[in-house]
Amino acid sequence: MFMKRFVYADNAATTPVSKKVLDAMLPYYTEYYGNPSSLYSVGRDAKKPLELAREQVAKALGAFSNEVFFTSGGSEANNWAIKGVAHEMAKKGKKHIITSKFEHHAVLHTVEALKKEGFDVTYLEVYHNGLVKPEDVEAAIREDTALVTIMYANNEIGTIQPIPEIGAICKKHQVLFHTDAVQAVGNVPIDVKAQNIDLLSLSGHKLHAPKGVGALYIRRGVRMPNLIDGGAQERGRRAGTENVAGIVGLGVAITEACDTMEERNQRLTKMRDRLIEGASKIERSRLNGDKTHRLPGNFNMCFEGIEGESLLLKLDFAGICASSGSACTSGSLDPSHVLLAIGLPHEIAHGSLRISFSDQNTEEDVDYILEVLPDIVSYLRDMSPLWDEIIHGKA
Amino acid sequence: MAYSEKVMDHFANPRNVGELADASGVGEVGNSKCGDIMRMYIKVDHDVITDVRFKTFGCGAAIATSSMATELIKGKTIQEALKLTNAAVMEALDGLPPVKVHCSVLAEQAIKAAVKDYYERQGIDPTPFVGEIKECDHDHGCGCESC
Repeated sequence: MFMKRFVYADNAATTPVSKKVLDAMLPYYTEYYGNPSSLYSVGRDAKKPLELAREQVAKALGAFSNEVFFTSGGSEANNWAIKGVAHEMAKKGKKHIITSKFEHHAVLHTVEALKKEGFDVTYLEVYHNGLVKPEDVEAAIREDTALVTIMYANNEIGTIQPIPEIGAICKKHQVLFHTDAVQAVGNVPIDVKAQNIDLLSLSGHKLHAPKGVGALYIRRGVRMPNLIDGGAQERGRRAGTENVAGIVGLGVAITEACDTMEERNQRLTKMRDRLIEGASKIERSRLNGDKTHRLPGNFNMCFEGIEGESLLLKLDFAGICASSGSACTSGSLDPSHVLLAIGLPHEIAHGSLRISFSDQNTEEDVDYILEVLPDIVSYLRDMSPLWDEIIHGKA
Repeated sequence: MAYSEKVMDHFANPRNVGELADASGVGEVGNSKCGDIMRMYIKVDHDVITDVRFKTFGCGAAIATSSMATELIKGKTIQEALKLTNAAVMEALDGLPPVKVHCSVLAEQAIKAAVKDYYERQGIDPTPFVGEIKECDHDHGCGCESC
């Protein structure tokens, strides 16, 4: 019998706010609580850190600070970028959008909303390895293409897309390029100028900043409508009194994530690969998504003959928090669109497990998961008629 | 979505899991594409279900409804077992989240499928007793071929 421990391994869903981030934020709730737009000192005291955070985010992306606009999070940034560019370009008769089949719903549902408005959408294949082919992007570009939006790294299977190559193609064809980098920021080196990215969405709570804060990078010269009309905040483009503490937290968190990226990635890649190797010993298991073009902390595997939700519940009993692309956990009744997009049949996609590490996870967590997981899989297989069928053939 | 304590209990400690080597009837419903399959084994003696086992591939609710259904029919007559509705299974579990209602339908159908097999083995036409067995409730938009 194992010693039970608590392992939070769902960092792609959200991360805990780090001590360093929280300490930086707290004074902005009680001491420097002024409205940054005010003239008096408590207001001015709140304005300066706002601009510092903007510089910090800009630095992490290789952008200019006046290209960074704070939002309430990744979904808002994605909505603003995609709808904003689409509506602007529609004025010039450009009503075609290129995206991929396995984007986050914050992108897919936004694009679907535009489709209802009369936009034409091309959904690119992501193939069995979970990667978009740059040549497919090039082949899909038309005279009337308004925007290409391809995620930097996939939230479920962690595959890192060939963003610099796609950026170069978009630049060559003079088409605007947006990337949802919510999962990538702080984990992958990003340089919006070198990689020819015109718009980039990011979120705080994936990198130890709080929920409710994010940002959109908009390259200078990209025209699009304001998101919220009102005061002069965010240069009038996204009005509303700023979430000062949250923004300060985002600035600290993104700086910390980028400063420690190299060392952390080496450590997490080792942990991830050991977990994949260990779990691959379970018969009839498979890794989802490319093994190398992959976020350092992302593990996503399928185990045939079992269903993901029951696997998660059993893991939870053992103290492990993870996630699944099974229909039962998605709130819908279809398995994850990401797993279907990489060609998995429904019955296998139902049995998926995502484990996502952050800097707070350790080798001991890997040991523990590898100790617990095989027993849970075999327990569930023992009671599964589907497993009987897989092993012995249809009765 | 949250499960009741009873659902969690039946998921964590499922009753009557396994197979019956000398089963009088075996029924299977659901399909892998939908994400749940239930197989029910019954042992019948003088019209009474003296023993019952199940095997289920599916979510927490699928396992819990199977477990509860076996408890509700054990020791009952076949006629009583056929009267068991999905609503009764749900009620016994203190309810299910709306997206999981189809699991209780599957449990009801699994019992009917096992009884159907029992009647057929006896050379009795099961249709008047069992009626039509649905493979799954097919209202949940799972995208399977029968939907």
